[in-house]
Amino acid sequence: MRNTFRGGVHPEERKELSREARLRLFDPKGEMVFPLQQHIGKPAKPLVQRGDEVLTGQKIAEADGFVSAHIYSSCSGKVKAIEKRRVLGGGMIDCIVIDNDGQFTPFADFTQKESASHLSNDDIINRVQEAGIVGLGGAGFPTHVKLKPKDPDAIQYIIANGAECEPYLTCNDQLMRTQSTAIAEGLELVLRLFPNAEGVICIEDNKPEAIHAMQIAVSGKPKIRVQEMITKYPQGGERSLIQAVTGVDFPISKLPADVGCIVQNVGTLYAIQRAVLYHEPLFSQCFTVSGDAVKEPGNFFVRVGTSYAELLEECGGIKDECKAAKALAGGPMMGVAIGSLDIPIQKQNNGLTVMAEDPVEDAEKLMTACLHCGRCTTVCPVGLMPQLMADAAIAGDLARYEKKLYGLECIQCGSCTFICPAKRPLMQVFKQAKAEITAAKKREGGNQK
Amino acid sequence: MNIILATTLVIAVIGICVGAGLVFTGKKFAVEVDEREVAVRSKLPGNNCGACGYAGCDALAAAIAKGEAPVNACPVGGAAVAEAIGDIMGTRAGAMERKVAFVACKGTCDVTHNQGNYIGIKDCRAAVMAGINITDCNYGCLGFGSCVDVCPEQAISIRNGVAVVNRNRCVSCGLCAKTCPRGLITLIPESRIIRVQCSNKDKGPQVKKVCTAGCIGCGLCAKQCEFDAIEFDGTLARINPDKCTLCGKCAAKCPVKAITTTAV
Repeated sequence: MRNTFRGGVHPEERKELSREARLRLFDPKGEMVFPLQQHIGKPAKPLVQRGDEVLTGQKIAEADGFVSAHIYSSCSGKVKAIEKRRVLGGGMIDCIVIDNDGQFTPFADFTQKESASHLSNDDIINRVQEAGIVGLGGAGFPTHVKLKPKDPDAIQYIIANGAECEPYLTCNDQLMRTQSTAIAEGLELVLRLFPNAEGVICIEDNKPEAIHAMQIAVSGKPKIRVQEMITKYPQGGERSLIQAVTGVDFPISKLPADVGCIVQNVGTLYAIQRAVLYHEPLFSQCFTVSGDAVKEPGNFFVRVGTSYAELLEECGGIKDECKAAKALAGGPMMGVAIGSLDIPIQKQNNGLTVMAEDPVEDAEKLMTACLHCGRCTTVCPVGLMPQLMADAAIAGDLARYEKKLYGLECIQCGSCTFICPAKRPLMQVFKQAKAEITAAKKREGGNQK
Repeated sequence: MNIILATTLVIAVIGICVGAGLVFTGKKFAVEVDEREVAVRSKLPGNNCGACGYAGCDALAAAIAKGEAPVNACPVGGAAVAEAIGDIMGTRAGAMERKVAFVACKGTCDVTHNQGNYIGIKDCRAAVMAGINITDCNYGCLGFGSCVDVCPEQAISIRNGVAVVNRNRCVSCGLCAKTCPRGLITLIPESRIIRVQCSNKDKGPQVKKVCTAGCIGCGLCAKQCEFDAIEFDGTLARINPDKCTLCGKCAAKCPVKAITTTAV
C-alpha cells in the first residue's frame, strides 16, 4: 500500500507555532456579518428583516435550490441591516449584519445527545442538509449533495481528510486530538449511508498525537481504520488522498464518486456528528490563527461571522518588534491574500496566517525565463505539464491549453510555482486561463439557449 | 528510330488528350468569382483585426459582396471606406460617424488610492482574480494595462494609473472594451465629448471615501439638463448621446468634475 501520491513538494511546515495551543471557543463582541453566499452554488435567501431579534443557532437565511446551504446565526442580537459588505475575495456581496448582544442565548438546547440507532438514512441526510453543513476543507461544497451520489452501493471508501498538509494550520490536528470520538461517530453516521464502504481516516505522520487519539477512538469499530500518510503537500487534496488510499492514479476528468470514494474533512465529520446527534446547526468551526507576526498563535472554535481583525486581537495582535507584511486567509500555499482584516470569517475558512515578511515580495524581480528543468512536471500531483501549459496560456492558445494539455484539471495547489527555480507565476497564469475558458464556455452556453 | 517516333507520337497524343481534358474541366467546374468581392477587399484596410465580427477582411469582403453585411460594416475604415465600398456595391452608405474608445474612469493616483500591495502578474484580469481589491474603488481602472496590450494601434496608454485613449490613433476595433475586466471602456461617436467619466455605482458617501473625482450621484446634472439627456438611476449619471446637444451645462455644475468636456 502506498501512503502517498505521485509528485508533491515539501514546504516549510511551521506548525510548531500553534500546534500545542488548545482549541477554545471564542466569543466575539463586535457586530457579526453573515454573507449570504458561503458555499458553492446559489446564494441563500434571507429569512429575517432589519430589526428582528435572533438567537444563536437560529436560521437566518434559507437555501435557494438543492446546491445551496442554510445559514444560521452564531450569536444572539438584533438584525442591524441587510446590505452589501466586503468579503474575502474582494467582492461586495449581500450580508446579514447582526448587532451582537454578547449573551449568545441559544435558540434550542444543543447539549442533549440523541441516540442514532433509530434514524433512517434519509433522516441523516436531511439533518445534515438542515444544519447547512458545507465542506469545511475550504471549497464549501454543500455536504448533503456529496452524500447523495447516483449509486450509493458503488462507494467503497469514505475518506476522512485529516491530512492538513497546508503549512501553519493546526486546527484539524487539535480537533482530532480533542474530539476524536465525535469524529469517529460522524464517520460512522456517514458509513451507514453506504453499505459497501470502508472508512479510512487519513492523517499525515507529522501529527503522531492525532494518529494515536484517532486510533483509540476507532478501536472496536471494524469498518474504520486510520491510515498514516507521508507528510507532503498537497496530501490533503481530494485526488491525492484517493491515490494514496486506493493505490490507483486518479483518472483525469472524473469525480471522486466515479472511482468509489467520498472525501470528507474531519471538521465536516465533526459538524455532521453535532448536527445529527445534537441537532446543532453549523455556526462555528475550528480555525487557526498563526504566522510569525502573531503574538500568541492559537486554535479556536470560531463563530461564523466574526471579523478577522477581532480574532487577531484575541491572539494578542501583531508582535511589537515586527510589522505585519502579509495576511492570508488560510495557509501560505492555498490561502488568499487579504487587503483588509475587517471582513467576516465564513463557514469554509479555516485559518489566518500573518507574516512579518512578504515571502513573495521579490518574486517578480527574480523572475527569469523558463529553464525547462521539468521540476514542475515532476511535482504536479495531477500529472500535468505546467511549463507547456504556461506557454500555451501566455500565448493565448486556450484550445491547446484545454484539449491537449488538460489544463482544466489543474487543482491550483501551487506546487509548480513553489518549486520553480525561475520564479514564474505558474499557478496564477493557470487560474486566469481556467477562468477565461469557463467564461467563454458560459458565453457559448448562453448563445445556444 | 521507330522507337523515338513512337514515343513522340504517344507523348503527343497523351498531351493533346490531357490538354483537352483540362480545357473541358476548366470550363465545366469554373468557380465564379464575384468581381465586386475583389474590389471590396481592395478597399478594406487589411489589418484583419476582426472587429467587424468576421474572420478577417477577406471574410467581410465576401459577406459584403453577397449582401450579408452592410457596406459600412468595417468600423476601422470608417466613413471613407464605407463610401468607397458603397460605390462598388451601388448602394449609399448611411452617414456614419467614427467611433472612439472612451474610458469611464478618471481615478488617477492623485484622487484615489490603492488598498493592497498587489504582487503578481501585471494584468488587470489576473489582478481582479487575485481577490484582494487593489484599488479602493470597486469599479475603477486598475491601471495594469490589459487594454494597452490588446490594442493593435498602440492608441491606449496608462497615465498616472488610468488608461487614456489617443483618439487620433484609435481605430474603434473594440478589443479594449472586450478585454477590460471592469467593463470601463465603451465605443462612443467621436463628436460626443460630454461624458460622465466614472463607473462607480455606490452611493455618494461611499464614493467620497474612495475617490475625490467619482460621481456621487447628487443628480445636479440631470436637473440642469434641458434636453432630458441624462439618465440618472440614483447613484450614477449616464448621458444619452442621442439627446445630448453638447451645451456643457451639466459639466459646469458637476461638484466633483466627473463630467468631461474635453476630447480626452
